[in-house]
Amino acid sequence: MNIIVCLKQVPDTTEVKINPETNTLMREGVRSIINPFDNYALEEGVRLKERYGGAVKVLSMGPPQAKEALTESISLGADDAYLLCDRAFAGADTLATSYALSQGIQKTGPYDLIICGRQAIDGDTGQVGPGIAEHLGIAFVGMVRKIREVEAGRAVVERMTDDGYEVINCTLPAVFSVVKEINEPRVPSLRGKMRARSYQVTTWTAAEIAADTARTGLKGSPTQVVRIFTPKRRGRGEMLNGDTGEKVSALFDRLREAGVV
Amino acid sequence: MINWFLTEEQQMIKDVAREVADKVIAPVSAKYEESEEFAWECIEACAQADLFRVSIPEAYGGMVPSGSLGVFNQCLVVEELSRVDAAIAVSYAASGLGFYPIIFFGNEEQKQKYLPDLADGKKLAAFGLTEANAGSDAGGIQTKAVPDGDHYILNGTKQWITNGGEADIYTVIAMTDPAKGSRGATAFIVEKGTPGFSFGKKEKKMGIRASATRELIFQDCRIPKENVLGREGQGFIVAMKTLDHTRPGIGAQAVGIAQGALDDAVNYARKRVQFGKPIIAQQAIQHMLADMATSIEAARALVYAVARSIDAGTKDISKESAMVKLFCSDMAMKVTTDAVQVFGGYGYMREYPVEKRMRDAKITQIYEGTNQIQRNVIGLALNKEYAGKKH
Ligand SMILES: Cc1cc2nc3c(=O)[nH]c(=O)nc-3n(C[C@H](O)[C@H](O)[C@H](O)COP(=O)(O)OP(=O)(O)OC[C@H]3O[C@@H](n4cnc5c(N)ncnc54)[C@H](O)[C@@H]3O)c2cc1C
Repeated sequence: MNIIVCLKQVPDTTEVKINPETNTLMREGVRSIINPFDNYALEEGVRLKERYGGAVKVLSMGPPQAKEALTESISLGADDAYLLCDRAFAGADTLATSYALSQGIQKTGPYDLIICGRQAIDGDTGQVGPGIAEHLGIAFVGMVRKIREVEAGRAVVERMTDDGYEVINCTLPAVFSVVKEINEPRVPSLRGKMRARSYQVTTWTAAEIAADTARTGLKGSPTQVVRIFTPKRRGRGEMLNGDTGEKVSALFDRLREAGVV
Repeated sequence: MINWFLTEEQQMIKDVAREVADKVIAPVSAKYEESEEFAWECIEACAQADLFRVSIPEAYGGMVPSGSLGVFNQCLVVEELSRVDAAIAVSYAASGLGFYPIIFFGNEEQKQKYLPDLADGKKLAAFGLTEANAGSDAGGIQTKAVPDGDHYILNGTKQWITNGGEADIYTVIAMTDPAKGSRGATAFIVEKGTPGFSFGKKEKKMGIRASATRELIFQDCRIPKENVLGREGQGFIVAMKTLDHTRPGIGAQAVGIAQGALDDAVNYARKRVQFGKPIIAQQAIQHMLADMATSIEAARALVYAVARSIDAGTKDISKESAMVKLFCSDMAMKVTTDAVQVFGGYGYMREYPVEKRMRDAKITQIYEGTNQIQRNVIGLALNKEYAGKKH
């Protein structure tokens, strides 16, 4: 089975602060890590490989430093790692990113399964996974908390919902985005670390993945970040007491005071 | 900080062991201490991280290049694991105690058959020498192995065997010719599941509670002759050579336990306020911590120096290996007792981690030969050494 794990290098948000004057991220001296949710995706890929055989290829789009995260993924059990790295990719939103990744995926060869984390902790959109599926024209299942079984052209997975889970039988290839309930990521192994020490990440430019540069980077991004700011902390809400009738009339009073009704 | 001049590979081994200890073992350590269950999930994490490979030759799935021994690697791992949990560390280390005899005395078939699974950590090993009436005086063992065609028939009971019941592969020392005394013992590889081989109840212990300590019971247990390790009559040589190579590991265990206790004590002393200031501002506390830290570094230096010397192929290591075990375990007992003192009454409470470390430290003065026996070994060696010297 050929498994592709999409992984992003992100600043360790436990260390990131926002400059209150300029409203920009203060990234200086902040450690870069594998997006925590992507660790679960990688672990699941490696476990599936251990169960069914095959290979795990890890793919990322980012600046040259992102090779560090990819090298780390080798120590955690990935077989190969690829970085999409080109000026033409800079400033990409989720549409342009998922387009570039889908081109990269096709370049890696035949695939059965693509696994992503549920979202990246810097952007928090959760849109890249479904975007990739859309670009490739294959199925997408989000919030996967368990991959029950995989067999020729088909997988049975559990998707987490607010009040339980759904069992989904889907065709492969497919894209799954996974939640942290799916597994407990391993620590790196010695053999993995030794391999990572000398491993060379393959880098691909936009041309090498046959990407249309009108669809990548800032140019290919219909959405743009206008401003980043720390939202004002809202005060605690007010809890209304009493029976339903009392609560409704108290609520109505408040709404009238606020001029809403 | 002392630069120990670790190679890149040794540093990697230390880092990976530390990560397993902090991320996998630390969160569940108290749970297993309380339940006294065997922490298979932690052993599996060690296996997954390749930690069982560090002292097994490359040719059999390990990471030790031919010509070296991996004793230093093993010490690095045991130290890091013991810093967090000495019980889980000894479960790891006792597998080494069980497989070193195969590395040293096994023939090619035995090595091919047993070492790869042990290197993968799919199976654990154990070492059975001690009996109810033969502890320090190992020569007094009564378990017998009588030849019968192409088999031996084993009868007797081994006591307090670490990993007993959990391990799959056992190195067992039994008498094949009691009339020959110390030349009448033989080492055998016995697999779990062999008919006539069973386990006694699990012991309840003062410390290292998550480790399994059981009897090995042999009742007309038939062992094929190809499971003899080394030659018939070599049993005590197998045992002594093995212990010479594993005692530095007990020293490393003691250093790890003491380091964990020091970490706890310094952190606590910086936070605990009495008489309007943190107790670390009291010279009495500072000096106690200073002595603890200094003796840990001295002990660590001895472990590393002797382990490196052994790996480099030094012969006659009995004395130095005994010194490591003796010095480090006495140090750990003192340091952990002082750590409890730094914590005061809180240190005596099971809610805090230092009383466990003190209970755990005690075993390092007892197993793999009590410290009295280590002093005997050292004293005997000195006597021999100086007998030949002019003065
Ligand atoms: C938790 C635990 C795990 C163990 N795991 C294993 C294992 O995996 N495999 C294994 O084979 N064994 C194991 N043992 C056994 C251990 O090695 C013995 O307990 C140890 O060697 C001491 O033997 P003993 O307990 O019979 O004490 P004894 O030999 O009865 O000694 C009692 C006291 O007398 C002293 N003494 C005895 N002889 C002398 C002497 N000649 N000179 C000076 N003092 C002396 C001792 O130092 C000690 O203080 C384990 C023991 C424990 C407690």
